[in-house]
Amino acid sequence: MSKPIIATTSLAGCFGCHMSLLDIDERILELAELVEFNKSPINDIKKFTKKCDVGLIEGGVCNSENIHVLKDFRENCKILVSVGECAIMGGLPALRNNIPLRECLEEAYLDGPSVENNEERIIPNDEELPLILDKVYPCHEVVKIDIHLPGCPPSADMIYEALVSLITGKELKVPYEAFKYD
Amino acid sequence: MGQKLTIEPVTRVEGHGKVTIHLDDENQVVQTRLHIVEFRGFERFIQGRPYWEAPVLVQRLCGICPVSHHLAAAKALDVIVGVGPDNISPTAEKMRRLMHYGQFFQSHSLHFFHLVSPDLLFGIDADPAKRNVIEVAREFKDLAVQGVMMRKFGQEIIEATAGKKIHGTGAIPGGINKSLSIEEKMKFLIGKDPLNVDQMITWAQGALDLFKDYHKKNKNLIDNFAKFPSSHLSLVRKDGALDIYHGVIRAVDTEGNKILHDIDYQDYLDYIAEEVKSWSYMKFPYLRSLGNKEGWYTVGPLARLNTCDFIPTPLAQKEFEIFRAYTNGKPNNMSMHMHWARLIETLHAAEMIKELLDDPDILEGELVRKGNKTIEGVGLIEAPRGTLFHHYRINKDDQIEMANLIVSTTNNNTPMNRAVELVAKSYMNGQEKITEGMLNAVETAIRAYDPCLSCATHALGKMPLEITLYNSNDEVIDIKRSE
Repeated sequence: MSKPIIATTSLAGCFGCHMSLLDIDERILELAELVEFNKSPINDIKKFTKKCDVGLIEGGVCNSENIHVLKDFRENCKILVSVGECAIMGGLPALRNNIPLRECLEEAYLDGPSVENNEERIIPNDEELPLILDKVYPCHEVVKIDIHLPGCPPSADMIYEALVSLITGKELKVPYEAFKYD
Repeated sequence: MGQKLTIEPVTRVEGHGKVTIHLDDENQVVQTRLHIVEFRGFERFIQGRPYWEAPVLVQRLCGICPVSHHLAAAKALDVIVGVGPDNISPTAEKMRRLMHYGQFFQSHSLHFFHLVSPDLLFGIDADPAKRNVIEVAREFKDLAVQGVMMRKFGQEIIEATAGKKIHGTGAIPGGINKSLSIEEKMKFLIGKDPLNVDQMITWAQGALDLFKDYHKKNKNLIDNFAKFPSSHLSLVRKDGALDIYHGVIRAVDTEGNKILHDIDYQDYLDYIAEEVKSWSYMKFPYLRSLGNKEGWYTVGPLARLNTCDFIPTPLAQKEFEIFRAYTNGKPNNMSMHMHWARLIETLHAAEMIKELLDDPDILEGELVRKGNKTIEGVGLIEAPRGTLFHHYRINKDDQIEMANLIVSTTNNNTPMNRAVELVAKSYMNGQEKITEGMLNAVETAIRAYDPCLSCATHALGKMPLEITLYNSNDEVIDIKRSE
């Protein structure tokens, strides 16, 4: 029997959820035996090379590239998991949702106290840069998400137990009290 | 909601970091750029939040070194609450330092074992499918276990000081919210093998030996790859010692002459400015005295060992002397020596953790001090990847009114672009096709900086990198993705 295949990505996240996955410590060696990793920043597979059983998504959706990656994950993964608060509800980066995007950009590139020599009032805008969205969106507003793991970040134990449940077909139990921000 | 979003013409595949290379008619490289493609707007959206939230809010810039942001913000707030970074209680300072050295230990271990060791063990030209930590675990299990346990040790130090491994709450304006329990102290000092500090010191020395051995066998690569003259900037203790938590800002030029003379970082705006370029969300810092063309500098492990006079722990000091002797005491400008410097710092962090664990102040004492509030403060710290600036101003209602963040990787923006340009020119001039080897070379140069692109956009492991080659008419002639 072939091993279950897992893929992971970080959208508008901080990599803290990936770090929490690494915090399973020695169990990462067991996991490497149990599953096969496909596309993930923890290896060098940058494009899906086969269909995956589980996709772990960290981070919300803040630009056009995030949308593309998220849809790619939906197409290639049987079960898609929103890992952490940013994926679930935009998280801390969604604090910008009440503020016009222009104000955020002006603060960083025009009004910042250390910004100098910007007489032309340049705000980064180049065809090489993906378009920033008006808001930071939770993943389930863009594609269907099957499972949500709460926390900022979810604990290593929660991530590990969820993975083991998903790949062994056991029922996944996330305790009620875990559903809080942090 | 989804429908509106799909209107975007999304043509770009995944990729946080991106390199573009322009060639002229003779296929000579005329322009290279490392683009940082994500923007989050922290500086604006934390305006209006109560100032005491800053240490827990801004650390969420980065889950890889959240402690750096947590502490830099707390240090700025020490100034705002009128205590000042020089006057927090011994217990508070030592607990914060313990947290910070724990972070250095875990972050540097992660970089060496999880990211760099595949290159050293399998070779930079090895099959990309092989170059990952899982394969290291399969073929060099003992070493992989060491890496995992070293990272675990650092993370557990953070948990003991901040309450949580990632995004904790330990530092508060004017101090810390807990001291260490005797159980925690003893666990780290003499805990069951392998998780105690002496084991960590031994393993850190082992990692250093592994690198030095590799260096001996691959001198040309390690000494000459992406080597270019640069200025270096970092925090140093007032007496010139390596210090990653507190001190003054020093910068040296490529010859070792001081170009910033141990200045008080509250005045950083008098010395440092940032330039905006249209093609990257990451700004370009420089020293005002030298201007935006010449004033760029490097930060991080190499810069720290180039600016400091000595390391205040014995084992790391011995390694530091060997390191400095290699360049006859002059600044070391060899990009790949960043790995060497990083491992010396890893050893130093383990030694410091031991010293702090043995200090009685860590177990009890005054936690928080109070003072007369001011409205503005700057916090500076050496994050694992380099100097990190946090600057806040508050209003009369205690809300943050202004925030300015210059993160480590941003400080390295120009040097990383230089490294890309240098490697691209030496590998690609006159070529029409990009080979896998050239692409790897560019990635290797960037990876030496251990760029924390979460603080600016981050990717763990190899950055997903896309290289686009243009001819002189700006037509795309080749696109190559690392995979």
